[in-house]
Amino acid sequence: MKRNIPLVVCLVMGVSMMVQFFVPHPVSVAYYELTTRWFRIVAAFALVLGTGSLIMYHSDKIQRKRQGWFYSVVTILAFVATAVIGLGWGIKRGTILQDVIFSNILVPLNASMFAILAFYMASAAYRAFRARTKEASLLLIAAFVVMLGMVPLGANLPFRLPALVLLTVGVAVGIYLAVRNQNWRGVLVLGLLWVLLGLAVRFLFAPRFGAVAEQVLSYPNMAAKRAIVLGVALGAVATSLKVILGIERGWLGGGKS
Amino acid sequence: MTALLLTLLLIAQVQPAAGFDPPPVPPLAAPVSLRAFDTPNDQGKSITLTWQPGSGPLPEAFVIERTELGTGAEVVASSPPDQAVFRDEETQDRRPYTYRVGAVSGSDTAWSNPTAPVMSSPQFFNTTRVNVLAAMVIFFALVVYFIETARRGKSLFVRRIAGLDAVEEAVGRATEMGKPIVYVPGLAGIDAIATIASINILGEVAKKTAQYDSALLVPNRDPIVYTVAREVVKEAYTKAGRPDAFKADSVFFITSEQFAYAAAVDGLMVREKPATNFFLGMFWAESLILAETGATTGAIQIAGTDSVFQLPFFITACDYTLIGEELYAASAYLSREPLLLGSLKGQDYGKMIILAVVTLGSALLLLSGLPAFRLFSRITDLFTTG
Repeated sequence: MKRNIPLVVCLVMGVSMMVQFFVPHPVSVAYYELTTRWFRIVAAFALVLGTGSLIMYHSDKIQRKRQGWFYSVVTILAFVATAVIGLGWGIKRGTILQDVIFSNILVPLNASMFAILAFYMASAAYRAFRARTKEASLLLIAAFVVMLGMVPLGANLPFRLPALVLLTVGVAVGIYLAVRNQNWRGVLVLGLLWVLLGLAVRFLFAPRFGAVAEQVLSYPNMAAKRAIVLGVALGAVATSLKVILGIERGWLGGGKS
Repeated sequence: MTALLLTLLLIAQVQPAAGFDPPPVPPLAAPVSLRAFDTPNDQGKSITLTWQPGSGPLPEAFVIERTELGTGAEVVASSPPDQAVFRDEETQDRRPYTYRVGAVSGSDTAWSNPTAPVMSSPQFFNTTRVNVLAAMVIFFALVVYFIETARRGKSLFVRRIAGLDAVEEAVGRATEMGKPIVYVPGLAGIDAIATIASINILGEVAKKTAQYDSALLVPNRDPIVYTVAREVVKEAYTKAGRPDAFKADSVFFITSEQFAYAAAVDGLMVREKPATNFFLGMFWAESLILAETGATTGAIQIAGTDSVFQLPFFITACDYTLIGEELYAASAYLSREPLLLGSLKGQDYGKMIILAVVTLGSALLLLSGLPAFRLFSRITDLFTTG
């Protein structure tokens, strides 16, 4: 019973919301709004449970004097102070809660955490762009082109001539090494690659870095993104179907009834 | 003197011709082909009007006059001269109205003929979504077919997913090291599919932690997700035959504030030095803050999200990343339940059909640019929705 009732509720609600998507009638629209309101009401009740969990978790930590218990004291004090100030003096503009706690404490703290992201990005980029494998090298080249193409100075830099010079130097070094090792097939492959890449740079790519960066973002990057989004969309529908039909019961703790 | 007289005579003859004979101004033309009809596929209380401007110069504006039978006429709106469509959203259902449209220029108005009485009414089916319904039916049929195939006992091949194969190893590592596992179920609410998928995986991970006797910490940002996650973990411990090992404070609510939550989880990881971190669900800007901090503590990190913007961060900072739909497949993959694997197979076939349709549609769209293949644009129109 404990398991079947949620499954029936899930089935009924899931099917009815699917039907609602195809029915524009006012009754259907009203039903949708009603369920949205119900969701908000349920969320409000859950917030009480969440608050209870917060207090219990930190009280227990303080009582047992576990590692970092003094942070829990700060949490409980901040929680109580915010609640008392909010309930006592209101939450509108001009109150202590709005002007001091929200604008002068919470907003700067949030902004500080967000700002840390810049440093994490730098360290993550350093790790991602180390050219240890073929894929990482490709990523490094693409990232270099996009980063340079997105800043005003780099966007106006010429692309074709330096790219052709770099390509020619690279291939020349490759051919020299292949000749030294008497790898004639390698010489042929490099020669063909030089012609093909040279033609691609000359005719397919725009003369400026900015335009090349846009092409990288608009075509290969967008294609990969769309492939993921397509998979995600189908996966989401399949997951919803599994939950609605009661095949997926992980949210109930898993297993059969 | 004679020259002056001749000049004056010339001016007198020329000026009347230039000043007193202006080109005829065409009369203001009334709009034609006025149609009023109930707006299709809506919830009622709306009538749509379309018309054509009359021949001649464009007016300054069009005015729309509505007459409710039994009451007087009233001008309900005006529209710019380049717009020949209007939707009246202030009608009462099942009451007859007539309309006429006037072309306005200065103080002149030329009225069209009034329409026949028309009534608005709500519809029971949105016909512009027939294609969605068809796609849904096909997809559902595929999923149900493969579920039935799996139910009959046929084995279905599912490719290896490295991130999910590593779950067992990651839990085992935590047991060996005597350190906890941190499981972050994303920052979205329970209405996000990624969160539901994450909760499903949490059940499987919790079962393994119960079997291996590892400690599990599940910090939550959403109160509803917190209540569901707590029940799921509790149930998983019971299923694994270790209800006594479940600790109520292992699943806890932190805060709804995004960066405050990130700071709290960062602090938790730095203090507890977990052996394994799971970041599975929906994430925003905090993804890298969490993953980089986790990486500095030396934990094995398994991440997964359906947000394409956060995937690069996880791929960079984590050991294993579930990309997009792999997150949804995780529950089936870990539990190896035939029914779940069947639905996974149906999903793959659905994707194959969509790929075929996208390829065909792209080709048709390209060809429809040629005059001889205009017909193809009608086929591609079938895939648009309202």
